[in-house]
Amino acid sequence: MDCESCPANAHLAQMGLKLDKFDRVVALAGNPNTGKSTLFNSLTGLKQHTGNWPGKTVTRAEGGYEFNHIRYKLVDLPGTYSLLSASQDEEVARDFILFGQPDCTIVVTDATALERNLNLVLQVLEITEKVVVAVNLIDEARRKGLEVDTRSLARDLGVPAIPVVARTGEGIQMLLSTVADVISGAITVQARHIDGTQEFQRAVAELVPMIEELAPGVPNARWLAIRLLDGDTRVQAALLNGELADLVARQRRSGVSFSRKIALEGAQ
Amino acid sequence: MTSQPAELQPPDLQPSDILARAEILRKSLSVGFRDETVKSIYSEAERIARRAVHAPDERRWDLDQRIDRLVTSPILGLPIMMALLATVFWLTIVGANIPSQMLATALFWIGDQAQALFNAIGVPWWITGFIWDGVYLSMAWVIAVMLPPMAIFFPIFTFLEDLGYLPRVAFNLDYLFKRAGAHGKQSLTMTMGFGCNAAGVIATRVIDSPRERLIAILTNNFVPCNGRFPTLIMLSTVFVAASFSPAVSSIVAAGSVLTIVLIGILFTVVVSWALSRTMLKGEASAFTLELPPYRRPNFTRILYTSLIDRTIFVLWRAMLTAAPAGAVIWLLGNIYINSISLAQYIANFLNPLGLLIGLDGVILLAYIVAIPANEIVVPTMMMVYLGTGMMTDIPSLSSLHALLVGAHGWTMLTVVNLMLFSLLHNPCATTIMTISKETGSRKWATFGALMPLSIAFLVCFTTASIARWMGWV
Repeated sequence: MDCESCPANAHLAQMGLKLDKFDRVVALAGNPNTGKSTLFNSLTGLKQHTGNWPGKTVTRAEGGYEFNHIRYKLVDLPGTYSLLSASQDEEVARDFILFGQPDCTIVVTDATALERNLNLVLQVLEITEKVVVAVNLIDEARRKGLEVDTRSLARDLGVPAIPVVARTGEGIQMLLSTVADVISGAITVQARHIDGTQEFQRAVAELVPMIEELAPGVPNARWLAIRLLDGDTRVQAALLNGELADLVARQRRSGVSFSRKIALEGAQ
Repeated sequence: MTSQPAELQPPDLQPSDILARAEILRKSLSVGFRDETVKSIYSEAERIARRAVHAPDERRWDLDQRIDRLVTSPILGLPIMMALLATVFWLTIVGANIPSQMLATALFWIGDQAQALFNAIGVPWWITGFIWDGVYLSMAWVIAVMLPPMAIFFPIFTFLEDLGYLPRVAFNLDYLFKRAGAHGKQSLTMTMGFGCNAAGVIATRVIDSPRERLIAILTNNFVPCNGRFPTLIMLSTVFVAASFSPAVSSIVAAGSVLTIVLIGILFTVVVSWALSRTMLKGEASAFTLELPPYRRPNFTRILYTSLIDRTIFVLWRAMLTAAPAGAVIWLLGNIYINSISLAQYIANFLNPLGLLIGLDGVILLAYIVAIPANEIVVPTMMMVYLGTGMMTDIPSLSSLHALLVGAHGWTMLTVVNLMLFSLLHNPCATTIMTISKETGSRKWATFGALMPLSIAFLVCFTTASIARWMGWV
């Protein structure tokens, strides 16, 4: 690690709403009320309203920050417990991670209720490997006498896990340099997947090549296959009306990733 | 990128082929495959968490849980909630009283001086009147009436929000909503409505079922928003509490604001119940409501959120709408046809309807002018009284009572019905537009505006009829 990339020397600049030029897109996902908006505000310098109650962010909020001379667009997603149901806020989060293809997704978790939060982490890992888990509210956990071993967590999940306190800024530099490293490939991720039964694995293995042929270059074929097996109507529709193939083709043609496309199109 | 050699696949793969194949494969899987997937996620999460989290051996004394057992208890939960609300209103009323008077005096003095200056340098009377009696005066009213209560109410409200108390309020009320056939989360979106009804309507996105979401949207208006609180607080301070001795008057004022809020909650539940029995039939769906831990609020952020995001935002919006409203009222009051002003014509025309529901024509006219924003109803009303020449002198807040009651025949019925009307009538233009956007339907937006308005008329008519029948007025 050279001096430039050492977290201690890193340079963080809040960019607020200056979003016209950015190099990377980072999504913020997590259960409700885990401090996503607090983290969002401290990184972007924006004043997205935060409040101690679940379900406060129902739309996507976007802002920017610059870290080590790379400009990031940060997308704050609504808090969700899972990505499997059909309420509108969960769909916003899921669609962005799936079709928006952020360069990296930070899943903010609550250290005091890690088990429940990991359900979502595991579901996100099914969609994308470019994940950094931020274990937030470490201070609250300490107060309750809980100790979180983030190294064990990282080992089990196959992606980095960083302890942070979003409200005070503790651990933020480390989080951002880890995000940068995951994007650049300096840190290799090897996300764990849920195995399921033998027939299940066989069924997934059969569908994946079909999806990849229909939409060459689609990065989450495995997840799409699982959703199809589950009878997910949203994914079925995306496949039937060509939305999926369209998105992939557009990305190939323009060289612009979906996330940038979607991020530029709609700030709602 | 892995792509299969072409000969392994049929040449023209269609999306429907994949769907069909997935359908067949799904049937080959065991019936409980979906549950198994979810279960394997859960057990995996449990396993990983157990390895990563080291909990202390002995069970620690958990303050959060103790507090929650108290504030969400079936017996004490609601009384504690009401006592807390009453305290917040009382603090607001006591604290806002004197600053409001001082602001009013100062701002009206500035207006007088400016008017004198304009007259001295020979500006035509109608320009002076339009600017200072119209635009400036209504803005001065908005600031004097709204700024002090907001500057006290919002920080306290934001403090409770940051602390984590609002979900507990929702928890206490969720039973009521389920009984009404609505979604329990509606108690959350209703609580949001205390801040701003438009925000409350947007917050209903957390409700999955379209039927229950629609109920939550249509009834959100029945809790008074930040824009209407100052109106209610002012009315209860100046009029309701005035007939009591000074020692208890602030307590009476807080009590009447609390009563209005409880009436609002009652209407939310009753109308939700009626909707789910008639237009929007269905069962209430189950859900889990998470009680977040109590967190030590961050005071600088509370001040920022409540003063900049809320107080200044609401005040600015109110002033933006008050300025043109003031101009309209001044024009209506100063354009004469056959020596009767336009405002007088309209007020006279509306008077029979107004009297029927215990109000008067001027109040109804004020409500029409104030449709863009509820914040300015009281200032607009004052302007109409001024503009129609019914009130020759600019009153201070304390002389308001004597003037309206003495000179314009206001009774306790007028004040009570004004508060009820303010609570129940149609939402402001911003909220109506938000309803239209969220439901994607003009029809529901229209219904969302007319339904509360009809209820407001009906309720006010009923109270007026009872009061007359009992011989109170």
